Amino acid sequence: MTTAVQRLRTLPEAAYETGEFVMMEGLSRTAARNIFFGGSLFFFVIFVALTAHSHWYIVTQSTDHAGLNDSVKHGKAVWEEHSCINCHTLLGEGAYFAPELGNVWIRYGGLESPEGARAGIKTWMQIQPTGVPGRRQMPNFNLTDAELDALVDFFEWMSRINTQGWPPNVAG
Amino acid sequence: MKYQTQRVAYPFFVMAMVLFAAQVIFGVMAGLVYVIPEFLSEAMPFHIMRMSHTNLLIVWLLIGFFGATYYLLPEETENEIHSPTLAYIQLGIFVFAGAAALIGYQFGIHEGRHYLEQPVWVKVLLTISFLMFLYNASFTVLKGRKTAISLVLLLGLWLAAIFWLFAFYTPANMSLDKMYWWYIVHIWVEGVWELIMASLLGFLLIKMTGVDREVIEKWLYVIVGLALFTGLLGTGHHYYWIGTPGYWQPIGGFFSALEVLPFFAMVVFAFYMFWRGQRNHPNRAAILWTLGCAVMAFFGAGVWGFMHTLSFINYYTHGTQITAAHGHLAFFGAYVMLNLAIISYAMPHLRGQQPYNQVLNMWSFWIMTSAMAFMTFALTFAGVVQTHLQRVMGMNFMEVQEHLHLFYVFRLGSGIVVAIGVILFLYAIFGPSRSQASASAAHAPASP
Repeated sequence: MTTAVQRLRTLPEAAYETGEFVMMEGLSRTAARNIFFGGSLFFFVIFVALTAHSHWYIVTQSTDHAGLNDSVKHGKAVWEEHSCINCHTLLGEGAYFAPELGNVWIRYGGLESPEGARAGIKTWMQIQPTGVPGRRQMPNFNLTDAELDALVDFFEWMSRINTQGWPPNVAG
Repeated sequence: MKYQTQRVAYPFFVMAMVLFAAQVIFGVMAGLVYVIPEFLSEAMPFHIMRMSHTNLLIVWLLIGFFGATYYLLPEETENEIHSPTLAYIQLGIFVFAGAAALIGYQFGIHEGRHYLEQPVWVKVLLTISFLMFLYNASFTVLKGRKTAISLVLLLGLWLAAIFWLFAFYTPANMSLDKMYWWYIVHIWVEGVWELIMASLLGFLLIKMTGVDREVIEKWLYVIVGLALFTGLLGTGHHYYWIGTPGYWQPIGGFFSALEVLPFFAMVVFAFYMFWRGQRNHPNRAAILWTLGCAVMAFFGAGVWGFMHTLSFINYYTHGTQITAAHGHLAFFGAYVMLNLAIISYAMPHLRGQQPYNQVLNMWSFWIMTSAMAFMTFALTFAGVVQTHLQRVMGMNFMEVQEHLHLFYVFRLGSGIVVAIGVILFLYAIFGPSRSQASASAAHAPASP
């Protein structure tokens, strides 16, 4: 019996012509190309439609879009200016070197005592670096009081995003 | 080298390798900070090291892709590069912009979204250079033979440039910011870059196995189809917890779980073509990197991605060292090894010599690859422990980190071994070509 494998090895061109090529018989290159372009376009349209809906959902449902005041925007700018994301995470995204800050407002007890949380976060920022041996050192970014307040407002705003229940606990 | 202008690729590969070396140095330094936190904590804080590490990676991978494109387009289109001068100018702008960003970072000049820290004017320069490249490559293709490989490659590069434009959009609403940030980051590495990867692998397989183009290109369309069918809606696995709707959990979970398919198809593709074809190509190092790329991408991007992609698992693992483990092996397997494969393949042609220093090159393959695998295991175990202590037990982040110290020592050790592998690789491709592999030496006339 001349096995298919033997014929593939000895007559490669003929094997392709007769469609014996493993797993790909019946599919021409043109058909594969058309499936690729058609299918990709199909999924791209769905993806854009869903993100358009998600955009609407974020603006109207899950975040306090109306409460995005100048101080919160300034806080986000401070967050970006010092690239906090390259050590910390925010809603789980960023570097994994320092604690999650999407819920730092909650962790500092902002729900029970907003003034206490604000003072706590600001003081923590001001006493950096701790200089504790063997502990990761956060630089002191020499933020002004206005910048610190804006940053805290940004954290407070972040803590109110509907994140589908993430993180699992206050440790972040 | 059949076409004179393929030489354009050479300075691209040189620059890519210089930046690769720098990337690994910053990586080892950042790994050292995990073990000795005081290391350079004043002079170069961790966030600067990390943005240097990640930015260098992205810039050198792109320069490598540019070089690979200039190398293969003449052979695919059967004509010379449209404008070699434009290619050199484009490289100059790209390297200048990348270097300016890197130096600026050391002085605290940066923006604040990860991977997109470049100041706006640097982003503009990168965009201009990218567009010059696309113009040059597209006209080369328009003038010549149009193969599926060059079309898919160009499509991948064009889409990468188009999605990059979202880097200029920073909404004030952080949830929106995050959602569109993934339009760049996810759509690049789990979408359109896979087009680049599959077409470059296809080119290498045609050249090194001699298998019929018709077959390779049919596979290519199937693979890139799988990549985009799964990868586009797979973006949803980043939309679980950032303020986006709950429906992303089933949609993102389902499609991103299937993202393993294109990577699995690439493994089958590479090994099947290798088995089918003639196995006498003299550049065994390039074959090793090509097959290794498919395998490690499957594990790093496919398996390690799948591990934490379902929403009910990701709820606990999101943003832990599991993510770091996946990120390292995925980038290394899919895109670093791809570049090293094509450089290993092209460099002998560009230097006008037979494949050289192959034994050393293959040693560097095994050293780098096994060290990256070890690093991935160390970070994975760290991530499992972290997930349990922090997400299940609710232990404080900094306290948890103390329990992970041993894993970070292992990670630093494997990082140092990777750096040794990189040095061997650089010597193998740039160094003198004295030691020939026996198989190739037999039918390779010694070159001057």
